[in-house]
Amino acid sequence: MAAKSGRRKFGPGEILWLVILTVLAVLILYPLFWIVMSSFKDYNGIFKDVWGLPEKWLFENYATAWEKGISGYFVNSLIVSAGTIFGVVLLATFAAFGICQIKSKLANICFLMILGGLLLSPQVCLLPLYMLLKNLGIKDTYFALIFPYIAFRIPVSVMLIRSFFIGIPKDLEESAIIDGASFFQIYRKIYLPLSKPIISTVVIMTAYYSWNEFIFATMFIDSTARQTIPVGLMAFSDGLMTNWGVVMAGMVIACLPITLLFILMQKSFIRGITAGSVKG
Amino acid sequence: MTKKRNREAFLYILPCLIVLGLFVYYPLIMNIVYSFHSFTLSSSTKDFVGLANFRKLFSDKIILTSLMNNVLYAVISVIIQVGFGLVLAAVLEDRVFQKVSPFFRTTYFIPTLLSMTVVCLLFRFIYNPQMGLLNSFLKLVGLDGLTNIWLGKSKIAMYAVIAVSQWQSTGYVTMLFIVAIQKIPRDLYEAAEMDGAGKIRQFFCITVPQVRQMWFVTMVITVVGAFTVFNEPYILTGGGPGTSTMTLALHMYQTGVVKNDMGYASTIAMLIFLITAVLSSIQFFTFGGKEDE
Repeated sequence: MAAKSGRRKFGPGEILWLVILTVLAVLILYPLFWIVMSSFKDYNGIFKDVWGLPEKWLFENYATAWEKGISGYFVNSLIVSAGTIFGVVLLATFAAFGICQIKSKLANICFLMILGGLLLSPQVCLLPLYMLLKNLGIKDTYFALIFPYIAFRIPVSVMLIRSFFIGIPKDLEESAIIDGASFFQIYRKIYLPLSKPIISTVVIMTAYYSWNEFIFATMFIDSTARQTIPVGLMAFSDGLMTNWGVVMAGMVIACLPITLLFILMQKSFIRGITAGSVKG
Repeated sequence: MTKKRNREAFLYILPCLIVLGLFVYYPLIMNIVYSFHSFTLSSSTKDFVGLANFRKLFSDKIILTSLMNNVLYAVISVIIQVGFGLVLAAVLEDRVFQKVSPFFRTTYFIPTLLSMTVVCLLFRFIYNPQMGLLNSFLKLVGLDGLTNIWLGKSKIAMYAVIAVSQWQSTGYVTMLFIVAIQKIPRDLYEAAEMDGAGKIRQFFCITVPQVRQMWFVTMVITVVGAFTVFNEPYILTGGGPGTSTMTLALHMYQTGVVKNDMGYASTIAMLIFLITAVLSSIQFFTFGGKEDE
């Protein structure tokens, strides 16, 4: 490898590209660095010296942000995300399993009906969903987010899980059937344990989606007490007006879980977000 | 025997179909029904108005403004995210940059992790006319003349909003292209090099045709995204100043929720559905289910 790349010249073109790449990296990293720096400043520190480092490091900004509302939104987001992940994994593995077991055209019809959900953008269903949730009496509850989130994550999740299930060797299953195993036992004992990699991909994609989703969250939840973090953050920043340091501390807190997930599982994260290429 | 097995297996798919039916397909059908009616969020009855809402669609000036903004969004996003994203991916995958490329591609991917709210709040600070990073930077380098009220002037507000999406999503599309480029057999490049093909030639003759499918996928994602865009104008400008940054989805939301005209809002939703469904079904029927996992 070294010998091969040694053949390549590092000419002016490469230097120009290196400069472009670096400028782009700065355009992305500096604003993020700036948020973190500013989250330790007070109003004057930000307003009078936009570029400078904090004179005094106000760690209490984080405590203030947490106490003044972020904690509640954070917990709500955790509950909604956990509920969505649980629902998606359960329903999508069930459906993918069923599709693989049916030995008739029905399997394809079901699969196409599920995939058809990919064609619909949430914006189109927004108003009727609002009316539906109101009529079901679950508007302004956690379920008003969990159910639509599950529904909109099912198509891509079933697609990924099914393509993984197809690759599972059939002989395991056949010998289990001969031993008299039921469907549920085959699902529990053979399919589930073997598909940990794809399930973790689905979990990451779903977590990413439900943690950051905005339009449903702003429409279906009215009470501050149940708002999730993307919507809560807006109310939080409007409420604090000029207390920018605290707002930015809140922004940093809001980003932590997904960033942490990314750092811990970078490979499956990128695989998850690029697999099926459906933007969150 | 098989019939009984099939019936039992179908029971495993049923919950999924019910959830999808209730929360995706039923709202879609209701949306069609709603678009022929006139009603408010709280009204218990709906008046059938026939095609009145659709006629309104054609005389509504804001629809035209929104549509133009969505088109502008799509054009700029395709040029920057799909066009430049592909070039960026090709450069990062060039062996010369092997050592530094993991750092750059991870860096470019970071904005994808952040929620739209965080990104928009950040850009509110960047665009802030008094202390914003952008104006401060321009003053710092002596370009005082270029400072602006970025979100407050109707001529530039839309571009400022679009720029936010580019900042957030270009790294994501680049990552998709990197994944696609990594699947191209290396010997294609080696053979081209033997024949004396330069890097630009290699890009157009090998990379571009080989990532054709991903190119198509990213096109659809970006264009559909541009026609459904809501969060950025909603958070950054609320559609203003005037209606200069209005998009279809935002117009739908404001008509339904703020002006309380749910029937007409549903008609706008139908327009969005028509545009996006056509675009995504092209992708669906060309590559549907053929995910390369």
